[in-house]
Amino acid sequence: MTAEHVTTEPAMSEETLRSRVLGVVADWSSDQRSFKSASWGKAMMWIFLVSDTFVFSCFLISYMTVRMSTTVEWPHPSEIFALDIGGKKIPLILIAIMTFDLITSSGTMAMAVNFAYARERKKAAILMLVTAFFGAAFVGMQAFEWTKLIHEGVRPWGNPFGAAQFGSSFFMITGFHGFHVSVGVLFLLIIARAVWRGDYDVGRPGFFTSRKGRYEIVEIMGLYWHFVDLVWVFIFAFFYLW
Amino acid sequence: MTDASVPQNVAPPPAEVEDVELYHAHSWITKYVFCQDAKVIAIQYAGTAIAVGILALVLSWVIRLQLAFPGAIPFIDASVYYQSVTMHGMIMVVYMLTAIFLGGFGNYLIPLMVGARDMVFPYVNMLSYWVYLIATLVLVSSYFVPGGPTGAGWTLYPPQSILTGTPGYDYGIILMLVSLILFIVGFTMGGLNYVVTVLQARTRGMTLMRMPLTVWGIFAAAVMALLAFPGLFVACVMLLLDRTLGTSFFMPSLVELGERKDYVGGSPILFQHLFWFFGHPEVYIVALPAFGVVSDLISVHARKNIFGYRMMVWAIIAIGVLSMVVWGHHMYVSGMDPWFGFFFAVTTLAIAVPTALKVYNWVLTLWHADIHFTTPMLFALGFLVTFVNGGITGLYLGNVIVDVPLSATLFVVAHFHMVMGIAPVLVIFGAIYHWYPKITGRMMDERLGKIHFWITFLGAYAIFFPMHYLGVLGMPRRFYEMGETAFVPASAATLNIVITVIALAVGFAQSIFFYNLFKSLKHGAPAGGNPWRAASLEWQTPETPPGHGNWGKHLPVVYRWPYAYSVPGAPEDFLPQNAPPMSGEHSP
Repeated sequence: MTAEHVTTEPAMSEETLRSRVLGVVADWSSDQRSFKSASWGKAMMWIFLVSDTFVFSCFLISYMTVRMSTTVEWPHPSEIFALDIGGKKIPLILIAIMTFDLITSSGTMAMAVNFAYARERKKAAILMLVTAFFGAAFVGMQAFEWTKLIHEGVRPWGNPFGAAQFGSSFFMITGFHGFHVSVGVLFLLIIARAVWRGDYDVGRPGFFTSRKGRYEIVEIMGLYWHFVDLVWVFIFAFFYLW
Repeated sequence: MTDASVPQNVAPPPAEVEDVELYHAHSWITKYVFCQDAKVIAIQYAGTAIAVGILALVLSWVIRLQLAFPGAIPFIDASVYYQSVTMHGMIMVVYMLTAIFLGGFGNYLIPLMVGARDMVFPYVNMLSYWVYLIATLVLVSSYFVPGGPTGAGWTLYPPQSILTGTPGYDYGIILMLVSLILFIVGFTMGGLNYVVTVLQARTRGMTLMRMPLTVWGIFAAAVMALLAFPGLFVACVMLLLDRTLGTSFFMPSLVELGERKDYVGGSPILFQHLFWFFGHPEVYIVALPAFGVVSDLISVHARKNIFGYRMMVWAIIAIGVLSMVVWGHHMYVSGMDPWFGFFFAVTTLAIAVPTALKVYNWVLTLWHADIHFTTPMLFALGFLVTFVNGGITGLYLGNVIVDVPLSATLFVVAHFHMVMGIAPVLVIFGAIYHWYPKITGRMMDERLGKIHFWITFLGAYAIFFPMHYLGVLGMPRRFYEMGETAFVPASAATLNIVITVIALAVGFAQSIFFYNLFKSLKHGAPAGGNPWRAASLEWQTPETPPGHGNWGKHLPVVYRWPYAYSVPGAPEDFLPQNAPPMSGEHSP
């Protein structure tokens, strides 16, 4: 049986599985580069994101632990995170908008990556600015949410609604995530400017290094941005929906 | 299938990545201070690490003096004692050992050993050092603030670490936490560089399975550090919030000095989990580079290929993976579900398997080898002995039922100093004696080196071996003074005095090493490019010390593994990795 036929079989034979596993091992351990299609920058961003995943996981697991260990009842998220709109209390409306906003920004980011590789500089830069706008809007809404909760008496060390750890975890986790978004917005603006000017066409040295930048930086930026969105989905699920 | 049938020694495929543009320093400042060359960064890292290491050594004398002569030395009160214990532990583990192995040897050796011109991101690499330096300065600055550094013990367990009774409550603990956060940020920048350089910037022919074990050890340690430091980072952030903003992540309701604190409902055990999720892998972040370096030292100075290279690599990976799931064995006495105790005991003892495999392979490398008792070799052999000793007491402590009575005694102190104090430090010394000729172009004095080895090795044994007995006697660790304690016999006090005297002597004897280090800079015998006749790539540089960009005009091409020693038919008794293949040669 030839190799082409093997793939059409419903179950993979043991022999094929073995050879494929060995193939992966051979690729990884091969000459010069373990990940043949990844540049240094992209590999570095991926590995950084794995490390950052551990940071966010530790934050979220710690939050779940204190939520379970605390002796006082946890405030009800759908009541705390509700907005009065036209005399009606709508639960989680702001969070829903924020989530929609951030996920939309992921879409514009992906389009920016596409246009950057197509060398359509203006479109790529504008889409990155739109992404940055959505990011800034997200941080703005977060600031609004913080202000509202602070007015209602929620503090890192306590709140009138229940367990003190609610405020602690809320400010810490959303703050840490908001910091990530803010850093992302800053870098989006810097890279959008470089794309707009055509820095990557003329090989102008980057602002961090003396090396020539490449359009790939837009995709690396995109990796970070999508990661920050993905983390938000987990924060949304574990903090607001639980 | 794979290319097993293809001869291994054909010329490697063409370069996949074009040669990098290097940043060329234009002034003295950018060449030696804010430098982007990994070799200079390595020396900056190592120099800073050794400097704080000396501070930590002096602090260990304070501890020893108090244990031997309780109350006799006027300036050592309980606060100073606890501050010394804390700072000694934290500096040695994080700011000295981690920094010197990864920041020092990692920076110097990775690019040279894999045939790269530099780390992949030299600018980030430079930032890494400067953030590390700031972290170190913040830590040391806690000696100059009111109340001094924190005396919480290096594990910083809350609630005690942030209560007013602990020395350094005002500023010390805050500076410690800030410093650790900075260290982690700085390390992440460096760690990403090390990992990506190993994965993506190897030269032609340098497959993963042709890398020296030193690179494997440092690589695995850097990966683990990137996964384990987040635990410490989060723990530090949350503890800092508890201390400064009054949150209650780790703080339960409690009464201190008759006063009800505002904390409510936190979980102190959570801190321990986060801390040890970092803390245990940390042991191997230090040990794995030491394993790698020792493999290379033994192979070069015994003129024999390392026994079971592939198994050595897989053992490093297995140890790395297992060590991420054993952290609970530090918490047996914190109270734990017996099933979890069982799980953590099993994973802990399972680490003994790959570790023992490594020890057997080192010994089998030495078997029937042409052993040259050079200073680096002596230190490598010293490591084997101390490491096996410390590893075996680790098997005791990995069992819940043995750990519970021994946990709070000097037995634990003896164990971890043997396994992650003395053993890695011996490797660091051996590695400095081994690579000094490449770094400076001159040899260190062998006679002084051997004197230094015997004093350090025998002295370290004399210090830590008796502590096992003290521990079994029930002598507790961390106690400021024992007073009249019925279960500790008077002879224990005598033994403590002996240990202290030896500790002071061995500490001062390190000046032999520093004298040798600085004297040899100018007066050492010229080393030439490859004084140990070693096969790995760092010894094949066109210049010694290696110039900017490491390799001159063309990157080296690698044809074989780094352990081609005593090869039959070779012109010398070794074949460098980049020497063109001999006819009919079939090397890994």
